[in-house]
Amino acid sequence: MITTTADVQSQASISQSDSQLWTEDITIQYGDHIISRNLSVKIPHKSFTVIVGPNACGKSTLLRALSNLIKPTAGHVLLDGKNISTYKSKEVARQLGLLPQSSTAPDGITVANLVAHGRYPYQNLVRQWTDKDEEAVLSAMQVTNTTELSERFVDEPSGGQRQRVWIAMVLAQQTPLMLLDEPTTFLDIVHQIELLELFKGLNQQGNTLIAVLHDLNHAARYANHMIAMKDGQIVAQGDPREIVTEQLVEEVFGLKCTIIEDPIAHTPHIIPLGR
Amino acid sequence: MRHIDFGRRYVRLKGPLKWRIDIRSIVVSLILLFTTIIVAMFALMMGSMEFSLQEIFAALGGQATGAAKTIVVEWRLPRVIAAIIFGAGLAVSGAIFQSITRNPLGSPDIIGFSSGSYTGALLVLLGSGSASYLGVAGGALAGGFVTAILIYVLAFRNGTQGFRLIIVGIAISTILGSVNSMLLIQNESEVALTAAAWGVGSLNGVGWKHVLPAIIFVIFLLFCAWIMNRPLREMELGNDAANSHGVRIKRSQLLLIFLAVSLTAAPTAVMGPVSFVALSAPQIVHRFTKSANSLIPSAAMGAVLLLGADVLAQRIVPETILPVGVVTLSLGGIYLLWLLFHQARSTP
Repeated sequence: MITTTADVQSQASISQSDSQLWTEDITIQYGDHIISRNLSVKIPHKSFTVIVGPNACGKSTLLRALSNLIKPTAGHVLLDGKNISTYKSKEVARQLGLLPQSSTAPDGITVANLVAHGRYPYQNLVRQWTDKDEEAVLSAMQVTNTTELSERFVDEPSGGQRQRVWIAMVLAQQTPLMLLDEPTTFLDIVHQIELLELFKGLNQQGNTLIAVLHDLNHAARYANHMIAMKDGQIVAQGDPREIVTEQLVEEVFGLKCTIIEDPIAHTPHIIPLGR
Repeated sequence: MRHIDFGRRYVRLKGPLKWRIDIRSIVVSLILLFTTIIVAMFALMMGSMEFSLQEIFAALGGQATGAAKTIVVEWRLPRVIAAIIFGAGLAVSGAIFQSITRNPLGSPDIIGFSSGSYTGALLVLLGSGSASYLGVAGGALAGGFVTAILIYVLAFRNGTQGFRLIIVGIAISTILGSVNSMLLIQNESEVALTAAAWGVGSLNGVGWKHVLPAIIFVIFLLFCAWIMNRPLREMELGNDAANSHGVRIKRSQLLLIFLAVSLTAAPTAVMGPVSFVALSAPQIVHRFTKSANSLIPSAAMGAVLLLGADVLAQRIVPETILPVGVVTLSLGGIYLLWLLFHQARSTP
C-alpha cells in the first residue's frame, strides 16, 4: 500500500529521455470545437499516471490523443521519441494498449476468446495462433484472476469480473504502456479497489499505466504521478502528495475542502467542506 | 504447458500455417458442403430429361457426347455452379453487413442495394429499349454502387453508425422501390415485361457465357472477404478497441463495404435481385455454429439455400419453372416472421 521513498526518488529523477510517451504542443479539436490548445504532457517512464479533472475538462480526449485514437490538429504525440503517426498501426499496438471507456463483446464469445483478441497485433493471416499467444492469454487471465471464467460467455460474469476480463485482453497485448479510460466507473467500491490494487501491482512490475479516474481520493492514493486538468489545460502535475492541496482542488474542481492524511496509505485525502 | 479452456474446441495447426481452427464451424461447413454436393447432383440429374448418376459423372468427366453433354454440361451445370457461388456471395455480403451494423437486419437486401441495382438495370432496359445482357448487368452494377455511395454519404459520420445505416438504407430502398414501379408503369411495352421479369430474380436460361465472368469475380471477392475477416472480427469489439489492436478502421471499413456491395451487385447483375439469402444465411448458420467468427459457414449456408431454392423453383409447380427469387422471397418471409416472433419472445 505504502509508496516507498525509493519510488518517490525514482519519480523525482525521471528525465525527459526516460519518458516513453509525451506530447508536444498539441491542439485537439472536434470539428471547430477546440478541446485543448498547445498541450504538452510527459508521461513518466514506469509511472502510474492518473489524469483528473471535472467533467468535460478534456481528460478523456487527452487519453484518446495519447492512444492515437484522435490526431491532434497541431503538434505531435511522441512514442519513444518518434511521432506516433509515423509508426505502423500494429507497431503502436505492440507498445500501447488501451482499455476503452465502452467496448462491445461480440455475440456468444467466451472469456478466453475475448482475451485472445489482445493478441491481434502479433498475428497475421499465416501466423494466427502460437505458443506465445497461448502463454500470454494464460498469464493475462491468471494475473486478472479470470482463469476460472475462461470458458464462460463474456456477458455472464458480474460487472466487476467483466471489467477484469477486458483488462486481461489489454494485458494479453503485452504492451509496456497501458491506457485506461475510466476503468472503475460503474463498479461498486469493492471492485473499484480490487482493480486499483491490480493496476498498482502491474505498475510495480514495470508497466507504465495512464488512467483517467473520477474519484480524486482514489487518484491521490494510487497514482504516483497525477495530472490535474481544467478547461483543456494542465493546472498541476507531479506526485499527488506534493500537488494535492486545498488550493488546487478549489482551482480545478471549484470545491472547498480540507485535506487530511490517509491513515493507511499516508496519501492526501480530500474532505469536502460542504456549505 | 497448461492449456486454455476456450469453452469451444479447436484444432491447432503448427506447420507453416499457425492456425487455430474452430471444430464446430468446420464440421458445420463440411456438412453444408456435403449437402450442396448432393443437391447439385440431384439438380444435374433431374429435369425434363433425366440422367443417372453414372451419366452425370461421365458428362462431368468430359466423356459424354450429344444430348447428355449439352444438357448437363452446357445447360444445367452453369446454373448449378452459379447458384452455389452466388448464394455464397450473397450470404457473405449479408454476414459482412450484419457484422458492421451489428444488427441482424443489416443486410444488403434490406438496406437497398438490390433495389438500386434494379433501378440501374431498369434504366438501361427502358432507356435503350434493348435487353442486351452486358448492358443490363452493367446498369445493375452501377445502380448498386451509386446506391451504396448515396447511403454511405447519408448514413456515415465519423465512422459507422449501424442503426443509422439501416434506417437510411430502408428509406432509400423504399424510395427506389417506388421509382422502380413508376418506371415500369410508364413503359407498358414488352421491354417493361422483360424488365419486370428480371426484377424477380431468376437463374432461368443462364449459360456459361452469361455467368462465367460473374462467377470468377465473385470467387475472387470471396477470397478477399476471407482475408478481411480478421479485421472485421476485431471491429466487433468496438472501434476504439479495434484501433488499439492495430486495425486501421476507416480503411478496413471502406474495403469491407466495397467487398460486401460487390458481392451483392455481381450476382444481382446476372440474375436480378434475389432477396433473403443475404439476410437469413448468416443468421441460420449462427444457430448451428453458435459463433459468427468465420465467414466460411455462412458462405456454405448461402450456397445450400440458393441452390436448394432454385431446385425447388424448378419443381414446386408442375409444368412451370418459377423464378428462384419467388421461392427465396417466400422462404424469407417465413424466416422474417419467425425472427420477429422469436425476438418478441426473447425480449421481455
